[in-house]
Amino acid sequence: MTPHVSADAEIVVVDVAVIGAGPGGIAAATCAAERGQRVVVVDRGLNAGGQIWRHVSGGHIPRVAERWIARFDRSGAKWIGGASVVDAHCAASGFVLLVDASARAISIQASSIILATGARELFIPFEGWTLPGVMGIGGAQALLKSGASFAGKRVVIAGSGPLMLPVAAAMSRAGARLVLVAEQASRSAVVRFAATLWKTPSILAQAAQYRVRFLSASYSTGTWVSAAHGFGRLDSVTVTDGRRARRELADFLCTGYGLVPNVELARLLGCDTREGAIVVDARQRTTVARVLAVGEATGIGGAPLAITEGEIAGMTVGRESNLPPALARRRAVLKTAARRMLDAFAPRVELRSLPKAHTIVCRCEDVSYEAVRDAACARQAKLYTRAGMGPCQGRTCMPGLEFLLAWQPDTVRSPLEPTPVSVLSSDVAESGTPTYSINTSAGEACQ
Amino acid sequence: MAHAAVRSEVNITVNDKLVRVTAGTTVASALLNLGISSFRHSVSGEPRAPLCGMGVCFECRVTIDSRAHQRSCLVPVAEGMKVVTASDA
Repeated sequence: MTPHVSADAEIVVVDVAVIGAGPGGIAAATCAAERGQRVVVVDRGLNAGGQIWRHVSGGHIPRVAERWIARFDRSGAKWIGGASVVDAHCAASGFVLLVDASARAISIQASSIILATGARELFIPFEGWTLPGVMGIGGAQALLKSGASFAGKRVVIAGSGPLMLPVAAAMSRAGARLVLVAEQASRSAVVRFAATLWKTPSILAQAAQYRVRFLSASYSTGTWVSAAHGFGRLDSVTVTDGRRARRELADFLCTGYGLVPNVELARLLGCDTREGAIVVDARQRTTVARVLAVGEATGIGGAPLAITEGEIAGMTVGRESNLPPALARRRAVLKTAARRMLDAFAPRVELRSLPKAHTIVCRCEDVSYEAVRDAACARQAKLYTRAGMGPCQGRTCMPGLEFLLAWQPDTVRSPLEPTPVSVLSSDVAESGTPTYSINTSAGEACQ
Repeated sequence: MAHAAVRSEVNITVNDKLVRVTAGTTVASALLNLGISSFRHSVSGEPRAPLCGMGVCFECRVTIDSRAHQRSCLVPVAEGMKVVTASDA
């Protein structure tokens, strides 16, 4: 069935709106559409695939991605790329989503929502991290995949988590001079984690392959970057193991301490979160009726888990009464592996002393650490210093500040990101119920 | 990827200078490849460049075809495109 699209394509009426087109969103949309549901998928990217399956048109993607994207293309699900959901509320007829599609407003009316909003990187601020040349580890991967050349450049990769390995491999394949790969987790934590990987041999084989590719670079555990230096752009970094510090020349520093689930839209809809992730049951249902969630947004677990959860969510909205037992089993095994990974790569306590008094923590508003560190909570810091009030709406600084200062996440408001007036003032935006009050009642209304 | 066929190029203007860049790349990647390190100036005047690479951090904002504050990591290059960054000077 094709979704109903109004003549001027500004109002889309569907059974299921899937937000995010990474592995989880694609699997969910495909499985729902294959069961006769009218499905629309909204994603910020121009091509389906999300970050992990990101590719330029005609570029190389893994075979599993190729298979899922081909199946998604055949499923009949409608695709809205280059677009962000900026507001959501529950009306009598179901959910209403306001979408900013390159300054054009689209209103989606859907009976159910599947959140597949993925994750972003966790940044912990340190002296010099705002210098050009300092980028995320996932950020570097995204830039590589979108055509950036690092050939001949001195690259330091420092942070935490399994994402460092494929990025190091990709950098060395792209001709970068890999100076150092520094993992903050201790050697014993990494070894213990690696020892559990025999339960998922595919991951082990992949890791071994990556290691071979960047043998020339030194891989250190229990090591992190404490400062970045340069005038106008990065020229070197200070590397430390907590006892001895040394300087390394670097054109680029790729840094990040794992991933943070994107839960803003879920919280706007009133879904409960726990430890920063959307709470879901065995059928991927959130605490708000007819809102489901899959993948990294429900807890960092990787693409295979996201696909599994997407299949389950697609079957749930497709009214499949019984889940195949194999699917539930796979979900359980992958969730256990994910838990082990999070424990092994948890950021060490020494990282709490990385930012100095004058270190900028909020990059949008240039707010220093000393300006916010005595605030009682995120809300107070926002009101007094504008930290977290810039264009990224705190997505970059707040997770780091929550780690540094043990803050709880602040409430979420619409619009979820900077939105052109043309979208906010469009007919479709104004025809809905009022959207620019604090949207705390959405959840209750939909119970 | 390493064995990609002949890549086509497009002409874009960066800070009034005509340059040829690889088709299919994003504006952010094209600017990095041109050696541009300062994409924008922060509110206190610091130079800034891409951080997240995926449209979250807003650090890579540039002016594209007269539209200010475009996230260059989300926009693919296109023939005739005019890009203005913060000046390095």
